[in-house]
Amino acid sequence: MANVLHIVVCAGIVPDPLQTLEPVTGPTGPGLKNEMVLPAVLDPWAACALYEAAALAAKNPGSKLWLVSLGPKAKLQQVMMTVAQKVPFELVPIDGPIGGFPDAHATAAVLADTINAIPGLERAELLLFGGWESATRGAGVTLQLVGERLGITDQFQGVDEISLRDDGSFEVLERVEGGKHQVSVCTGAPAVLGWATGNLAEPRNNPQIGMNNMRTIMPALAKATVAKLEPNGLSYVSVSLPKQQRETRVVKDMTPDQIAAELVEWIGAE
Amino acid sequence: METILVLTHADENGSVLSKASLEAVTAGKEVAARLSAPLAIGIVAKDAAAAARSVASDGARVLAVSGEAFGQARYASDVVAAEALCRAAKATIVLAPGSSRFTRVMAGVAHRLGGFIDTHITALGGKETVEATRWFYRQRVEAVISRNVRPWFLLLDAGTHAAYAGESQPVQIEQVAVNLPALRTTVSGFRAPQQGQQTIRPDAKMLFVAGAGWTKKQPDGQVHVTEAGELILGFLRATGASLGSSKSLVDQGGEGESVLPFLTHLNQIGQTGSTPRHQKGLSTCCHGEEPHVVGWRFIGERRAISLDPNCGWTRGKADVVYVADAFPVIAKVNALLEAKKA
Repeated sequence: MANVLHIVVCAGIVPDPLQTLEPVTGPTGPGLKNEMVLPAVLDPWAACALYEAAALAAKNPGSKLWLVSLGPKAKLQQVMMTVAQKVPFELVPIDGPIGGFPDAHATAAVLADTINAIPGLERAELLLFGGWESATRGAGVTLQLVGERLGITDQFQGVDEISLRDDGSFEVLERVEGGKHQVSVCTGAPAVLGWATGNLAEPRNNPQIGMNNMRTIMPALAKATVAKLEPNGLSYVSVSLPKQQRETRVVKDMTPDQIAAELVEWIGAE
Repeated sequence: METILVLTHADENGSVLSKASLEAVTAGKEVAARLSAPLAIGIVAKDAAAAARSVASDGARVLAVSGEAFGQARYASDVVAAEALCRAAKATIVLAPGSSRFTRVMAGVAHRLGGFIDTHITALGGKETVEATRWFYRQRVEAVISRNVRPWFLLLDAGTHAAYAGESQPVQIEQVAVNLPALRTTVSGFRAPQQGQQTIRPDAKMLFVAGAGWTKKQPDGQVHVTEAGELILGFLRATGASLGSSKSLVDQGGEGESVLPFLTHLNQIGQTGSTPRHQKGLSTCCHGEEPHVVGWRFIGERRAISLDPNCGWTRGKADVVYVADAFPVIAKVNALLEAKKA
């Protein structure tokens, strides 16, 4: 028997991982140089959460999937041109600052208020998804704070798998130390799941899904509310790139035997 | 005046504090001494008396939440335990290990107390206040932060402080009572990601990174995945190293290509993987990419075996790059290590 789920995925946008990042300090605090022109992608771990959510919704007819994303409206639109082709969802955009330096608590407050205001969202059927960390701030706290604000006290982080049962309960695998998973069983929604990579490959682009999604995404972007994030007493003493540059010895003229001998000596050295 | 609380928890066996918790105790002692602030240690465990023995000689006030429900790592029970300890200690600064158990729950605790949290702290400094160092953008930008609001929670990355090592002895514990809510989640145990050999070893001295080159066509025009797997596992057996992997190699499994059967996403390092801390790292058959460098940020001595002498990530990032085919080199390394053991 299928369960009807209301899945909300929180996902930010981040600079493409292949971009070179340079911090700069402006009047509102630290940021990245040319941040608004850097190519952006959906946050990688949150993207995993989105694909898992879509797969779960597809297996449970009648389920709904919302993607809540905070970022500059123009950047959100750019990223959605690609993301919209992956899986069906309804976008709930929030026009706000980009980047990893704003305070997570302020971000969580805005996300929680936005989720609370989603029309038709049933709290008893809510699974709140997201990445267990972002690729910007990487704090791994935003989703928990949203969950707390929504009164959800069954929370899981570093999730790689969820197995839904007929009675609405589900088994969750969470990453713990030593390359293991902790196995838990929850009686059912509502719950918060911060995803690691999961087990699904990135879906191929599907223009049909893209066209369907864009019919609602563009009006949603046009109506996106503007959010201001409070610093909550957070201040930056310094922001810098790591300075360490190693003197690399490039060895081109050694035989495998010679290299192996050198490596064994290095491995054994204290 | 600040009041410092170090929150700790027992390890999987439940009888001693986890190593990461003892590292947080060290950090707490340092901060308390620097700020001349009182220090308390809070313990969440099934049997806190046993776990507390390892911090008895510290001289700090010890508070604990004990009971069957706290033998398991679960949000609903851990959040009320940690909240109760913080309230009892009247802490303004709370230090805790960035373990999976506390990472899951501590933001919720901060919220319940009207406080704020920062995580992945790698260093604590400052003279009259606390300044915390952490990384942004997956270890690509380093920042020092401070907050003027309290309570302030700081989760410390593992391996950034020495583990506290005091004499084990009985200690006076203040038991803190908590009202558990109805628990909807049951922890049923642990599961290793693959059958057979465990390849992820956080405490290993060395990280061995396997790149996608291991599963590509070799000079004879064939792929040698089985041989690659045997060489890699042989190296791990001989050295006790932990195994990391590039994303591209792990992803090959989902793309129908030949894969190393013992690799999972848990082995992945870099942008969407872990950033492990090891004394030494040896990278093999990996090519390019800034995300790969991200995974190596906290590796001490770095060497690489690569066929590409101009590989972008190795220049300036590795100490030594051997321009060579990893297959014969690792085969010879394994043979030498076996001979050395014999």
